[in-house]
Amino acid sequence: MISVFTAFLADIGYLLDLLVQVVLRFGAIVKRRALILEQLWQAGIKVVHVVLLVGVFIGMIVSLQTGLELARFGQQDQIGTIVAISMCREMGPFITATILAATVGSALAAEIGTMAVSEELSALEVMSIDRIALLVMPRVIALAIMCPLLTVLCDAVGIVGGGFVADSQLNVGLSLYWDSVIDALQDTNFFLELPKDVYSGLFKSFCFGAIVAVISCGAGLRATAGALGVGNATRKAVRDSIIAIIVANYFMSWLFFQA
Amino acid sequence: MASDDTADDRATNAGLDATKSSADVIIRFRDVHKAFGARKVLAGLNLEVHRGETFCIMGPSGCGKSVTLRHVIGLLKQDSGLVEVEGNDMSKISRKELREMRSRMGYVFQEAALLNWLTAGANVALPLRETTTLSEAEIERKVREKLELVRVPDAYEKLPSELSGGMKKRVGLARALITDPELILYDEPTAGLDPEISSSINHLIRELADRLHVTGLVVTHHIGCIKTVGDRVGLLDGGVLKYVSTPAEFLASQEPRLVQFLGDRLD
Repeated sequence: MISVFTAFLADIGYLLDLLVQVVLRFGAIVKRRALILEQLWQAGIKVVHVVLLVGVFIGMIVSLQTGLELARFGQQDQIGTIVAISMCREMGPFITATILAATVGSALAAEIGTMAVSEELSALEVMSIDRIALLVMPRVIALAIMCPLLTVLCDAVGIVGGGFVADSQLNVGLSLYWDSVIDALQDTNFFLELPKDVYSGLFKSFCFGAIVAVISCGAGLRATAGALGVGNATRKAVRDSIIAIIVANYFMSWLFFQA
Repeated sequence: MASDDTADDRATNAGLDATKSSADVIIRFRDVHKAFGARKVLAGLNLEVHRGETFCIMGPSGCGKSVTLRHVIGLLKQDSGLVEVEGNDMSKISRKELREMRSRMGYVFQEAALLNWLTAGANVALPLRETTTLSEAEIERKVREKLELVRVPDAYEKLPSELSGGMKKRVGLARALITDPELILYDEPTAGLDPEISSSINHLIRELADRLHVTGLVVTHHIGCIKTVGDRVGLLDGGVLKYVSTPAEFLASQEPRLVQFLGDRLD
């Protein structure tokens, strides 16, 4: 039990150190711009269709489930409010980050893990090439940028999907649904003239993207023992990313809406 | 080794040559121990590699040959004993000094360890792009020159997945040579290759040593490799280096352990 706890603490320490090492290399962003653009393509454009598909169905599910309950109290006109707030605050950022962890995060861990077990990382080291600046920093920046952008898409298609269900299955007119969506996203009582539900969600997405990238790269960098080790690294990357997203989500939600 | 060996015999058998001055010794191991958990890999290893020579280490699988190379380049640190490269104690060397030292060394990995997402040309260019301020034109010129030297000039635009095993080794060798190193470490340079390709790689290593006067430390299983490449050879067995001699003496030796180890290979 003690060894599990120490291993957990060592893991956290390693990942925090990796994050600091990445931040210390931000000065190399211009030099690494080609790699960052490549990773933006890999991490973003290639998963857009997944985010759109999942996002629209999540919006439809939220709309249907809440709409059926609200109908019992004659409150169907609030469906737009609930769908908009839940998509922007929680579902959009969480679903997008989970998709990225499962697709891009696993691929990162497998790619870097394969490099580790095939001695490519050792080759970089003996050539005195900074593997964090070359491999980790571009991926962290790409995911931290792409996760909020994908979240915007996820929010938007989720709200549209919710409107489709509200109109076609719950007899809530589209104009009424849309008015309640707009009303729900008017709260700007923070330092930005943007809907708080939107920017809090986007901030969370930014953090989730960085979390997924750091955890996935960290798992890959520490992969050992051939194909089995790469498999373990991939599984660990996805599992730890999702756990970290959920834990961080709670604390950031508390920070934005309770503190 | 017999316990009644003289001190000179022991030193000779352990790869130490009393006739060479310190300045001639580029790699020195003194009583080096290394264990991974309960498994002892190096158990008092002594080794000296002289400037300009190519020293081959043979030994059974898992005996610590690659571990020895990794100590030389600073990828591993010994548990005890002394590892010196160009007079620098590798356990006390700073990061900056290690970077400088590595820039004067090349390492040819067993599986070439080329980055799969870069072309062969970009792989060879990587150390120059990352650690020097040379212009792209100058880098391309040097890369083409090294690919020509290892006789794979057509590989420049190809990805590693498009190269054969022998071509990958040559590109790995070109990458090791790109910084014009004074010392090259070869980890099983002919492993997994057919006899014809192995022979051509061996002759290439020998030719590079003769033309460029580079010091080499070669880890190998192959007798053909030590015959062609080696100036001296030793057997790493039980964590220590034994029977250090010229390849001809090594192969002709009647030492029971050597005969046992080399038996099948000589056949």
